[in-house]
Amino acid sequence: MFDNFVVPNLLPAAPEIFLVVMALAILMIDLLVKDSRRTVTFALTQLTLIGCAAIQFATSTGEITYTFSNMFVDDLMSDLLKLFLYMTVVIVMFYSRGYVIDREAMNKGEYYVLALFATLGMMVMISANHFLTIYIGLELLSLSLYAMVAMNRESVVSTEAAMKYFVLGALASGLLLYGMSMIYGATGTLEITGIAERLYGGGVNKTVMVFGLVFLVAGLAFKLGVVPFHMWIPDVYHGAPTSVTLFIGSAPKLAAFAIVMRLLVNGLITMAQDWQAMLVILSVLSMAIGNLAAIAQTNFKRMLAYSAISHMGFMLLGIVTGVVGGDARYALNAYSSAMFYVIAYVLMSAGTFGMILLMSRAGFEADELEDLKGLNKRSPWFAGIMLMLMFSMAGVPFFIGFFAKFSVLQAVVAAGYMWLAIVAVLFSLIGAFYYLRVVKLMYFDAPADETPLSAGMDMRILVSVNGLAVAFLGIFPQVIMSLCAYALLRSL
Amino acid sequence: MSTYPLLSLAIWIPIVAGLVVLTTGGDRNAPLARMLALIGAVVAFLVTIPLWTNFDVANGGMQFVELKTWIPRFNINYHLGVDGISMLFVILNAFITIIVVAAGWEVIEQKVAQYNAAFLIMSGLMNGIFTSLDGVLFYVFFEASLIPLYLIIGVWGGPNRVYAAFKFFLYTLFGSLLFLLALMYLFIQSGGSFSILEWHKLPIALGPQIWLFLAFLIAFAVKVPMWPVHTWLPDAHVEAPTGGSIVLAAIALKLGAYGFLRFSLPIAPDASHELSTLVIALSLIAVVYIGFVALVQADMKKLVAYSSIAHMGFVTLGFFMFSAMGIEGALVQMVSHGFVSGAMFFCIGVMYDRVHSRQIADYGGVVNKMPKFAALFMLFTMANAGLPATSGFVGEFMVILGAVKFNFWVAFAAASSMVIGAAYSLWMYKRVIFGDVANHHVEELTDINKREFAILAVLAVATLWMGIYPQPFTEVMHASVNDLLHHVAISKIQ
Repeated sequence: MFDNFVVPNLLPAAPEIFLVVMALAILMIDLLVKDSRRTVTFALTQLTLIGCAAIQFATSTGEITYTFSNMFVDDLMSDLLKLFLYMTVVIVMFYSRGYVIDREAMNKGEYYVLALFATLGMMVMISANHFLTIYIGLELLSLSLYAMVAMNRESVVSTEAAMKYFVLGALASGLLLYGMSMIYGATGTLEITGIAERLYGGGVNKTVMVFGLVFLVAGLAFKLGVVPFHMWIPDVYHGAPTSVTLFIGSAPKLAAFAIVMRLLVNGLITMAQDWQAMLVILSVLSMAIGNLAAIAQTNFKRMLAYSAISHMGFMLLGIVTGVVGGDARYALNAYSSAMFYVIAYVLMSAGTFGMILLMSRAGFEADELEDLKGLNKRSPWFAGIMLMLMFSMAGVPFFIGFFAKFSVLQAVVAAGYMWLAIVAVLFSLIGAFYYLRVVKLMYFDAPADETPLSAGMDMRILVSVNGLAVAFLGIFPQVIMSLCAYALLRSL
Repeated sequence: MSTYPLLSLAIWIPIVAGLVVLTTGGDRNAPLARMLALIGAVVAFLVTIPLWTNFDVANGGMQFVELKTWIPRFNINYHLGVDGISMLFVILNAFITIIVVAAGWEVIEQKVAQYNAAFLIMSGLMNGIFTSLDGVLFYVFFEASLIPLYLIIGVWGGPNRVYAAFKFFLYTLFGSLLFLLALMYLFIQSGGSFSILEWHKLPIALGPQIWLFLAFLIAFAVKVPMWPVHTWLPDAHVEAPTGGSIVLAAIALKLGAYGFLRFSLPIAPDASHELSTLVIALSLIAVVYIGFVALVQADMKKLVAYSSIAHMGFVTLGFFMFSAMGIEGALVQMVSHGFVSGAMFFCIGVMYDRVHSRQIADYGGVVNKMPKFAALFMLFTMANAGLPATSGFVGEFMVILGAVKFNFWVAFAAASSMVIGAAYSLWMYKRVIFGDVANHHVEELTDINKREFAILAVLAVATLWMGIYPQPFTEVMHASVNDLLHHVAISKIQ
């Protein structure tokens, strides 16, 4: 009966396997933890992530390796993205610890375990080479996030946000599945590299393909949070507990970038003309609505939500300029700048939400823009850190955000889309306004609340390092830029 | 030739000094912060001196060149160098920084460390702009220098400071973003180089040249500022603290004009010739129309701000006549304006610190109470009006001389500004300084103290020196200006 059973090569998936085992173990161990601060759970979570990174390093071959009957792929792009993923989740867990301890309802072992499962989902998405793998990863991520958003049970806003996230998320998953089934119908395979081969060979029904592609792009757009599939972003960012917003606003962007690359670039590159045309519209709309709507916000988390929409729109510019008139000469340049943009954005976003957590304390959420008033008086150092983060988000040098925008823009100009570049810079100009307003609140206004910041030393150091990294990598962006380029060169 | 990386020192000493000043923390340590800032500014000035003394006047190319790889992924280099065009501005900038630190000595009492640090960091960034030979490096300094000035206007400015700070930042950002796209276009066209000197040799067809020229024009015209994109400047000047106004007028305005010489003229020479009429027309409007606008101002700072726009009109006019006389005259005018407008804003600051008003109507008869001040203020007012033997005369005279050769009516319109300039400068002086003591505020005025006297005296010496013996200033320019004209004369259309 098991004659045909071949033990798959488990090595490429070693970090995932390790994570599953550890997550289940932590779930058990947490039952025995008496400490109200859950130090053991926290430490084990962090060690797990660091262990994953170590395994990733040790098992990385630099070659493209398929396993589990080609359902799972391990290449340099996935290695790099996963390493940044572990790093981000480690930072996120550090940032959220104080916040979680201060809030009774969230101070549970499940918080950490759910975060680990969400991480696992993202890892599976990053390494997926099969529609089902992508879907499993996506659902694992989404279900964990729904639960995390709703975790603060007493909060009506959080519950509402979770509900909204769940309903819309389910709808988006449906769209994605529908698109996948169409493409399966047209090509007869669910395997991404297989689809690419079929399409290359020709003889595939174009109408069905395009039909499927529209649904696929809609599903992806929802996960990326770009206009017009962005409705959930402001509500969820606003309603979720800040530590969860930090999580949603950072790491999943890496995974979303990965599935865009897997589905559209690895799988459907021959249809680039079709999906690029769709993504251009999504990108321009996102930059427009994201930047304009952000101006009207009074809640800092909502403002950052719209800013996230505009940033994802900007990142898409890198993806739509990969293939010009059937010529893929610029592909590497374009995709690696988009990847650099995502990594830079995740770093900035983590730092900014970290600052909100740093200013919050038990019973007080520092999530209104007003709460930033006069920060320079209360703490010049952290006002300086926030200043760097804001100017970086606005794309002003010497910060990493500038080079992120720079690399994407040069890809757009190189591909000959000058009008798109002009649109992009004009919307960045509008975007600069609301980042400047944050700086204005911190520096030009008098504080409404003179309470000194109460965050612990570990938190202070980590936020500072995060802010300084934004400046340091803005002066020396070369390493990450060339890592992205090299990883994609070896993976495409 | 010195083996020290002088240009890097000129950029990074003030920035590092600024960061050190920041570490002194709150206002308890204000005296220490002031002292450290002054030491930093003086040291930064001293390292720029060898740039002048060791400068090879016969060499029109780049000197003190430093070249290191920065971001090989996009072939971006840390490439610095100065020629006869930029060298004087590095020194002027370092010099003005000392003045600014001294000008805020007793006046700024809140957030002293941050105030001085912002000026020092900005000084370093602006030296970076003047010395960059790599497009991206230039842009990075160009845009980063907005941050300190935004904070200076917003934190230490007047009642309407928030509006002025936003307007300043967004206006200049708008210009520079299109400039960034122009840089990327050149990067692609040149086959992957951001070197400005390479771009000078790059052949480009007329159509793209025109687009490039327009992108440059928007960026630099906002910065200069030229009519009609000048409206941010009076707002910024009125709201900025004295030090901010000095830096804005003396250095920041020069960045745009410098950009014309480094980018527009040599990279798009055919488009420059093609569109020179446009720029000359805008310049003449600035010179004549803005001169009249200055005449009717009731606020002294606004008056000097508008006079700055008019003076910068002379500069852009000088550039686009494509003659050595015009360009050198414009460069002299830029340096001179650095001294004179800086001094004018400082003088207004001196009065403002005592009376807390900048309205001309609130003054009158100041000479009775502040004779020493009145004498020095007189000198700068005269220099602002372009009186012979002051630096203001030399530049304007050279530009007008260049204009006569170019076109009589252009010269006529430009020369008329000498009259308008004299009118608004002297009329303001008359209303503020002469006459009877106007009110009890003026009655209570005390004459300038030693610190203020020292600042004005240094600026007075510089103004007179440049007016009487401009040779040392002009001789360093000759070779580089000729080199530039050589570039502009060759068509790049192939």
